[in-house]
Formats: sequence, structure tokens, C-alpha cells
Amino acid sequence: MAATKAAPKKRSQFEEVWRRLKKNKMAMVGLAIVLMLVLLAVFADFLFDYDEIVIKQNTAIRLQGPSAEHWFGTDEFGRDILARLVHGGRISLVVGVIAVAIALTIGGTLGAISGFFGGKVDMLISRAMDILLAVPSLLLSITIVSALGPSILNLMIAIAVSSVPGYARIVRSSVMTVRDNEFVEAAKAIGANNAQIIASHILPNCLAPIIVQVSLKVASAILSTSGLSFLGLGVKAPTPEWGSMLSGGRAYLRNAPHLTVFPGFCIMLTILSLNLLGDGLRDALDPKLKQ
Amino acid sequence: MAQKNPKDLILDIKDLVIHYETDDGTVEAVNGIDIQLEYGKTLGLVGETGSGKTTTALSVLRLVPDPPGVIKNGSIFLDGKDIMNLPQKELEAVRGHLASMIFQDPMTSLNPVFTVGDQISEVIALHENCSKKEADEKAGDMLEVVGIPRERFAEYPHQFSGGMKQRVVIAMALACNPKLLLADEPTTALDVTIQAQVLETMKGLREKFGSAMIMITHDLGIIAEVCDEVSVVYAGQIVEHGTLVDVFNHTRHPYTEGLFGSLPNIEIKRNRLSPIPGLMPDPTDLPKGCCFAPRCKYATPDCEKARPAKKWLSDTHYVRCSRYDEPNFKIEREDQ
Amino acid sequence: MANKILEVKNLKKYFQTPKGMLHAVDDVTFTIEEGKTLGVVGESGCGKSTTGRAILRLHEPTSGEVIFNGENILTKNADEMRLLRRQMQLIFQDPYASLDPRNTVSEIIGEPLKLQKIIPDKAKRLEKVYELMETVGLAERLVNTYPHELDGGRRQRIGIARALAMEPKFIVCDEPVSALDVSIQAQILNLMQDLQEQMGLTYMFITHDLSVVHHFADDIAVMYLGQLIEKAPSGMLFDKPTHPYTQALLSAIPVPSLNKKRERILLKGEITSPINPKPGCRFAARCPYATDRCRSEEPKLKEIEPNHFVACHLCD
Repeated sequence: MAATKAAPKKRSQFEEVWRRLKKNKMAMVGLAIVLMLVLLAVFADFLFDYDEIVIKQNTAIRLQGPSAEHWFGTDEFGRDILARLVHGGRISLVVGVIAVAIALTIGGTLGAISGFFGGKVDMLISRAMDILLAVPSLLLSITIVSALGPSILNLMIAIAVSSVPGYARIVRSSVMTVRDNEFVEAAKAIGANNAQIIASHILPNCLAPIIVQVSLKVASAILSTSGLSFLGLGVKAPTPEWGSMLSGGRAYLRNAPHLTVFPGFCIMLTILSLNLLGDGLRDALDPKLKQ
Repeated sequence: MAQKNPKDLILDIKDLVIHYETDDGTVEAVNGIDIQLEYGKTLGLVGETGSGKTTTALSVLRLVPDPPGVIKNGSIFLDGKDIMNLPQKELEAVRGHLASMIFQDPMTSLNPVFTVGDQISEVIALHENCSKKEADEKAGDMLEVVGIPRERFAEYPHQFSGGMKQRVVIAMALACNPKLLLADEPTTALDVTIQAQVLETMKGLREKFGSAMIMITHDLGIIAEVCDEVSVVYAGQIVEHGTLVDVFNHTRHPYTEGLFGSLPNIEIKRNRLSPIPGLMPDPTDLPKGCCFAPRCKYATPDCEKARPAKKWLSDTHYVRCSRYDEPNFKIEREDQ
Repeated sequence: MANKILEVKNLKKYFQTPKGMLHAVDDVTFTIEEGKTLGVVGESGCGKSTTGRAILRLHEPTSGEVIFNGENILTKNADEMRLLRRQMQLIFQDPYASLDPRNTVSEIIGEPLKLQKIIPDKAKRLEKVYELMETVGLAERLVNTYPHELDGGRRQRIGIARALAMEPKFIVCDEPVSALDVSIQAQILNLMQDLQEQMGLTYMFITHDLSVVHHFADDIAVMYLGQLIEKAPSGMLFDKPTHPYTQALLSAIPVPSLNKKRERILLKGEITSPINPKPGCRFAARCPYATDRCRSEEPKLKEIEPNHFVACHLCD
């Protein structure tokens, strides 16, 4: 009998969100930039040969400004900045995204547990997070990388661990506001267990602040990577990486600003595009704003 | 047709039309409301959520939020003053002094960081040329008038219960002895026994100060208790108006009949209620004809053609229902 | 005598607050017969909602027994409780807060069937959802809308459909109509009465609105500060209210009629909260007839005539 009903065709959740996202021009711009950055990073080897262009030094053409041959100019060792940025994107983007993903998984779970159950569990988790927060995050990352040994994986772990408390707090406070809604009690009344309630009712209603936080945190993870690289704990020279390029160019800021401008621009572009996309996603995921 | 002498009127609203112009369309909140209220009398405005009762009351003090609210048409005379054309400064003098408003939720009208006494005394100091000390003195008097001991002057709103807070709001509204009190669902947030106390207080004060009052409510029981006249509002229009006896005992409009049928009454036990079918019309897309016609069991095709005009049934009683053009038309509800 | 579907014995629910122990529900005992409606009335903070939630174990009771169909449900483990929830449901007061804003109508109504694996097949479940929507009077075209797109009356119908999905026997209705406009309120009340007759439902109807319970309930229990102070069949309670609080409560209802004017009993003071309550009758401070005995000794619930229970020393 259901077949005869003239109800509007139900779109899947994904189609619905995509349809709403498409309407948001700024989000689409953000998505386009993110895609472009990702594609550049994926096809970096086809565009610029790593050994010949990216890391090979050529002091004859050092510190040249942008030209037809070297679009973004060359750095202090005469390497093409554009090529290094494209290859550097591989590391920066991967480190940023994975570090945030690890942090979100751990922090989000802890925050959800502590916000949902409250009481002693909350007390325990919150105090532990406070202790982590009390240590400056860079110092914490340095300690972790030093303990584990410098490598890109350890770098990601270190950055992730130091940003766990931020996620835990944000998720905890959103969960606490959603938890007291009657629809949570309604789910309990029909026999849902705690895990089901958290997964299908609480987290979906906490998405907005989390998405915004994520899009901002990817950027700060990239910056942390550069900080650690600068201290010699992250990416080793001559491997290109946006953060270390930025800090490497600092010394030439006066004479050759393009050394810092272009990496800085890349980082900014990433943050901006992720933010635009994040904003759009937040709206698209909220059925209340559905038009 | 009965016209009251304009000299006796504290409030004279004619053909008021207010729209809210939003991105989603124009909300036709008030569509030609007339109110003639004499000094010292109480008018009840009864209707459901979204019927335009509150917007009407706000317009008396020119408090309709603008944008999106736009007063499209009509005149409002409050104690002889042309409210629509009053400069901002004089309007401020009117608010709280000549007419004041009591809102549904006392928490929104009290500032949590000032003591209740200071809040009342501030209103007095603002409108009456008097020293801080005199204002404090009078504020203490007002607290006693509404049944709160003077000693609680220096307490903060959170130290009061819901009923007490609403009393404070009432004391604030009456502090400058206004000639008109606009009460917007003043007891809806309160428990029945507390509601009874607050209504009793309000009735006592009205007698003491001789203020006129507009009581906005969805509860016909409260109307029966405190009002002299009733206007039944539906979709921004008064569909029936009359004295209490007119409306309660000689009900004429099908909507009013529907309201009575929807109410469980502790006097008469019925097996089933007789609700009004359907929903309120979308205020951005009101029907061309009678707004109640789609839900009305007496509606004829003619009802959908034009908005019904006022039909005076007696000197005090009118309905907006075109079926009364037929001499033999009667609704089912019997005269009580 | 009809079958007792629910027996509540000496139910207590205390909450620890910074100011002391809050006796939200204190030693409440009553029974509900199958197919009947028990109205529970009282003012805010009297513990009526907490009682309803404690019976469903949404708040774990501090002590007491809740016997549903002959079994004490308070001794059940989580899995047994999950199965029992099919038979005991809840309809909420606020049709805005009780529906997840991110779920569509069909997801909300179908959720119990999915969670409890009653109808795991998606297409079959949708069929059942349509059936439920028809039962509660929701148009089919609304199946994929979100709650915020609908008005209060329709939202409350969704809440009712969700409660009915698992074909329960007993439903706790927590102020199901108090957030609705009068004309919509009457539609929902009539719907609930129809459903009760068709499905033989038993209701525990919690409300502050005495005219609604009078219309709706077979028996009425009056609560004050966590305690049950009077219980009687509806007609008897309205004809012969015996507890001074019940009398005051009944007299405070504004009646939408000009013909009968009631004598109003105005109570002094306001309701306090039952934190570390003093011995004696909890109503004594506001009671016009209170004696020294009322202030020192707690009155017990006594049957003063068949089916009429009152907790007041004045009845001795």
C-alpha cells in the first residue's frame, strides 16, 4: 500500500546535504579551493620532479623574485618556491588533517562521555583535560616528539594529543546542552541504550560548533608543524613543508618577501577555504535552515 | 451602530493594520482592529497564538519592532493623544506613565542585576520629578500594595518565586499610576492557586487606582473573571465583540462557539469535546474572504468571497459574520 | 473488579541538591486499572512529572515498588527493561523539545520499531509508519518533513504516533496538551480518547489543568510537594473535595461561564520546595485549618469512603 502513496520522494541524507550545500556559493568556492589544493598535492610528482627541482640547490639563482621561469621566485638556496609549495602541501595538508582527525576522535569521545554521563566520570575526564591544558601545547608536543623520536607520524601524534583537550571541552559543553533535551529522554523511553542515544541523537545535534572548530584547527595544526620543524623536531630539511618554509624565509623578509608571502598565502588559503566549507557544511547539515 | 463618546475613551483605535515584512513574505498580523475603551473599564482580548493580540497591545505604546513591523493604517488615540504622530520624546513619557505593560514572563521584564526595589524606584524617578529618596519610599509602598513586604526591597529577582516576580512586575507597571494597563497573558506562567492570588491582586488594584485595562489571554475563564467587555480575535480581526453577557451568554460568532466547544468545562461533563477542525490560516497567506470560513461548519461559498463587515446586533454587541445577513441564521450554541 | 495494570507502592524519588535532599516523590502509593485513566494533578514542583518518569524508570526510583502486570519492574535488568518499554510509553509536554530536530517524521515514528528490531525491514517499517500516521491523523505528505516545519498540534501527533508504534498497553502522558492552543488541545484530547477506546490503552494523565483531568480522567490523584494527598473517582473528587488543598485548587480554576460564581478560597503564601521537609503535614503552612497536630504529625492516606482516599487529620 505504501507504493501508492503520493509522498514526496525521500532523498538520502547525503543527497539532501549536498543539495543544500550546492546552494551556498561561498561554501562552493571553499570546496573548489580545497579540491584544488588536494589535487595539486596528489599530482605533485607529475608537476615538479622532487629530486631535480624541489630539493636540488642552485645558488646561482638564489633569492630571485617571481619571473616567467619561476612563478613564485626562488628561495635562499635557489629552489623554485612554487614547486616546494606544491610538494610541501602534501605534508602540511596530511599532517593537518590527520592530526585533527586523531584529536577529534579522542577528544570527541572523551568529551561526549564526560558530558553525557556527568558526575564522577565527568570530574575525572575534565580534570585530566585541565592538566593537559595547563601545559603549553607547544611544550607538550615537544616533549612527546622528543620521547617518541622525530618522524612525521610522531609529529602528528604530538600535535593531536596537545589539541585533544580543546575538542573534549567543546564536545562536552555541546553534549551537555543537548543532553537535557526531552528528545533524549524520549529515545530512552523507547529503549535506546546510551551508545545509541549518543550516536544518533546527541552527536548530530552538536555538529555545528565541532565543524567550525575543526576547520580552524587544521590551520593551527599546520602552524604547529612548522613550529616543531623549526625546532628540528618535525620535518627535516630539505623536505619542503609550508610551516618551515615560512620560518626559513623569515631572515630574508626585508629583501625577499616572496619567501614568506607565498607559503603564508598558502596557509591562509587553506584556512579560508576550510572555513568557508565548514560554515557551509554546518548550515547544510542543519535541517532547520532548510529552504 | 453604537458609538461611544470620544471624551470618555482612554483608548480609541480605529482600523489598525500592522504587517510584519519578512524575507518569507508579509505576515498580516493585524487586519483592521478597532478598540474603544472607556476610562476605568477592562477589555479582554481573547484569541489563539498568532492571532495578533500582542501586536495590537504593543502598538498602543508604539513598541511594535520595526523592522519588520510596519503600521500600515489606522489611528491610535491614547487619552486624547495621537500616538501615531507623537515625537519620540513624548512617546517615552507616555510609556510607563500614561500606559504601561505587563508581560507574560516576569523574568524577561526584570533585570537580574538590580534589586526589585531599585527597579521600581527607577521607573518612578524617571517619570515623576522627585528625589531618589521619595522614589524609594514610593517603591516600598508599591511593593506593599501588591502584597510583598517592604523589607524585601533590597532583594534580587532570583530570590523571588514566579508569582512574587509577577507581583513585582505589576508593582512596576502601576508605580506611576497609569490610566491604562496592558496585561499580556500576565498569569499564564503561574500555577492556578498563584494565578488566583495575582488576579485577585490585579482586580483590587484596578479598583483602587481606577486604571483601565486590556487583558490579553487565551483563557476564557480569566476573561469571565476580570473583564467588562470582550473582543474575540481571529487572524488579526475582531470577529466578535460585546459585553461579557453578550459574548458568553449570547454567543453569535461560529469561532467563539468553537472556542467554548473546545474547552473542557468543570461544570458540565461531556463525553467528547467539540474542537474546531483544521488550523489557523497561514498569516502570510490569509484567505480572501472570511478568514475563519475554511474551518467553519456554517460556511457557504459566499463566505469565501469577501471579508465580512461588522454587523451590530445590539448597542454593545457586534460580529463579523456574513451569515447574519440572513434573517433566520442561528448557530448551535444556545443562549445561556 | 477490573485487572490492575499498574500498582505503585511506597514510591520514593529523592534528589541530592546543594541545599539538601529534595523529596521529589515521597511515599506515593496508587493503582491504575486496565483501560482506565488516572489523572495526576498538582502545581509545578509537586512531583507529578517525576512520579511518571520514576514509574518508567527514566529516573531511577530511590525506593518502592512499581508492579506492572504483576511484575515488579524495578528489579528488571537492562535487557528485560528494554522489552518492557514496548508496553509502557510516554507522551511529552513539549512537542518542540521532545522531537529530535534532525530527524524526519518517518524517522521519528519508525525509531522505536528500528531500535527494538520489531520491524527491521526498511520498506515494511515505512508501511507501518504510514499506518501510524493515519491513526493519529497526520497527512501522508508530511512523512519526510522535519518537526520544525510543523505546528504544535501536528508535532504532538508525531509524539503520540511514536508512543503508539510498539503497541503499548500503558502510556504516561505528561501534560500532553498544555503547550497547545485551546482549539488544537481539544483535537488532541479527542484523539487520545479515541485511541484509548480503540486500543484499550491505560493512561496516567499528568497535568496542572483541572478542567482537562475532570473531562478526561476516571480517577484523579492530587499531589502536593511530593505526596499524594487525595485520590478519588473524578466525579466524587469534584463533588466532594475533602483535602483543604484540593478545595482551594478546585476553587481557583477560572470557569468560562458567567452563570455560576464559585466561592474562591485564596491560599496564603506560595509552594515551597520539598527539600529536607519538616515533620508534619506539608500543606500545614498554607492551610486555613491547620492545628498543632498538623504541624507535628504527618497525616497518612486513609480511605474515608469507598475509593476516596485523603491524607488529612481533619478527616479523623
